[in-house]
Amino acid sequence: MRIGSERMKKTGELDGHSFARGAIVILAAALLLCILLSFLLGRYPVPFKELCGILKSKLLGLFGVESEVFWTAPMESAVWSVRLPRILLSVLVGACLSSAGAAYQSVFQNPMAAPDILGASAGAGFGAALAIFVGLPGRYITFAAFGMSLLTIALVFWISRHAKGEKVLGLILAGIMVSSLFQAGTSFIKLVADPNNKLPLITYWLMGSLSGAKWQDIGFVILPMAAGVLPLILLRWRFNVLAMGDDEARALGVDAQKVRLVAIICATLATAASVSVSGMIGWVGLVIPHMMRRIVGSDYRFLMPASVLGGGVFLLLVDNVSRNVSTSGIPIGILTAFVGAPFFLWLITSWGDRYEH
Amino acid sequence: MSIEVKDLRFSYGEREVLKGISFKAERGEFLSILGANGVGKSTLFRCVLGLLKSYRGEVLIDGVDARSFSVREAAKHIAYIPQKSHPAFNFSVFDIVLMGTTSGLSALSSPSLEDCERVDWALEKTGISSLARRCFHKLSGGEQQLAMIARALVQRAPLLMLDEPTASLDFSNQLLVLSQARALAAEGYTVIQTTHNPEQSYMYSDRILALKDGLVLAEGSPAEVLTSELMASLYGADVQISSLFGDRVRVCTPKSIL
Repeated sequence: MRIGSERMKKTGELDGHSFARGAIVILAAALLLCILLSFLLGRYPVPFKELCGILKSKLLGLFGVESEVFWTAPMESAVWSVRLPRILLSVLVGACLSSAGAAYQSVFQNPMAAPDILGASAGAGFGAALAIFVGLPGRYITFAAFGMSLLTIALVFWISRHAKGEKVLGLILAGIMVSSLFQAGTSFIKLVADPNNKLPLITYWLMGSLSGAKWQDIGFVILPMAAGVLPLILLRWRFNVLAMGDDEARALGVDAQKVRLVAIICATLATAASVSVSGMIGWVGLVIPHMMRRIVGSDYRFLMPASVLGGGVFLLLVDNVSRNVSTSGIPIGILTAFVGAPFFLWLITSWGDRYEH
Repeated sequence: MSIEVKDLRFSYGEREVLKGISFKAERGEFLSILGANGVGKSTLFRCVLGLLKSYRGEVLIDGVDARSFSVREAAKHIAYIPQKSHPAFNFSVFDIVLMGTTSGLSALSSPSLEDCERVDWALEKTGISSLARRCFHKLSGGEQQLAMIARALVQRAPLLMLDEPTASLDFSNQLLVLSQARALAAEGYTVIQTTHNPEQSYMYSDRILALKDGLVLAEGSPAEVLTSELMASLYGADVQISSLFGDRVRVCTPKSIL
């Protein structure tokens, strides 16, 4: 371990990224701290001592060790069945959207790219609206959103293969067009949906919310999320090389088209899984990678892990606000901008030139 | 390492750009490619680099068909130094140069401490150590060009291809980059550059390849190639060639001003 840190220190002296490495450690610590503190928030009070007891007993329970119970059943249910899944889900969704955004920004060589650029969100929204419209029960709405999201991207890929001219541009244009088609479809469903019971449901879903998060949601999304995000983290060095443009990347030994394809598939998987359980949460995928760029720089070796951690921290914090400020819970899709925009503005005005010298 | 191009032909759609180009460059040789704008120098580069695959003819790297290389293998043999590089994001010079290590890494890994040390060495060698932490696109054209050369050195490819390396540089930077290229050839690298400056290619390179209308107009030592007849047919320019310093230097002067 000492040798490892010695190497780390030396590498930092050479490449000048000690600050970024430190920032990632701090982000990871912040995420753990936020998770712990989030358990204490909520309408049903659970004291810190009881919280620790519940978590410890659940952890030991995994190894078959029984613990002494000194808390009430509602406390345990609040912590374990209500708060924990919601906390985990908000961290996962935040991490996925943010890392997918960072990946899209690299593969399209465009800092304005966001996870919904190819229509993953629009497709999910249409799928969910359709499922609500025909009266499917809750979990099928998630399936429909996830399936329709993947289908949308497949459609975009299929169309872009027939597009003449510049490939990447063709892909983005196909994405924008298919998105707008599905958005129009969603609007049409809203128009004809029953305004008394179905329309509010659709509207609420589209605004994005993590209320009512269940273990079963996590069980459904954890695999596609992992299959999406892990390759993105592993490909982080390739993303740097991609920023040089396709020709230079190729001359450096990176098949840009292949990396782009893998990255889009993975980022789409992560986005589709996120949106299917959380509804439309815009903004995170565009802005968190930018915040992280300000802090750790554009080097994807650090930007990708920082985006994963930062996205998790951010959405968890915003969701804490969402579930605690009002009894009905303000949809998180609205709050992300309310909370994030001022912070981002502060960041660009005060951290403007750290990597510009 | 040697490179041999045999009867290379390439068309963009109907338009045939390269109509059968053949040449050779041996280990330690500095070859300059001259030719008017649009003559296909860049296309030739793109074929050799494997960026364009649908050419006819052969590109042989040490006798092996370059088309059989994977992207990574190609990068281990040939390093490309573009005229201008525009990374989409802000990278430090160190990180840009570090990208040269990519072809030596497995698909999912990142550079190691040893790779960083090699970058340090290459920055030292090209004389830009002091720029390591600077933002790449804040550098001058010459400094960027040197960073690209450092990156090529990190790449460990024995063949360096420079696309008009001096095109946008001031006079002292042009000399800096050319003498750097010259020194690398002396070390055993095979160096190929495209250029629009016949006088400089005369001074710095071992051989000159002159292209016209998609064909090789002349190939040989600078003394053989740089003649007023060739300048006339290559550029349509009527120039007087003067020899200076015991023919170490040749100057092209337009006859219209004499």
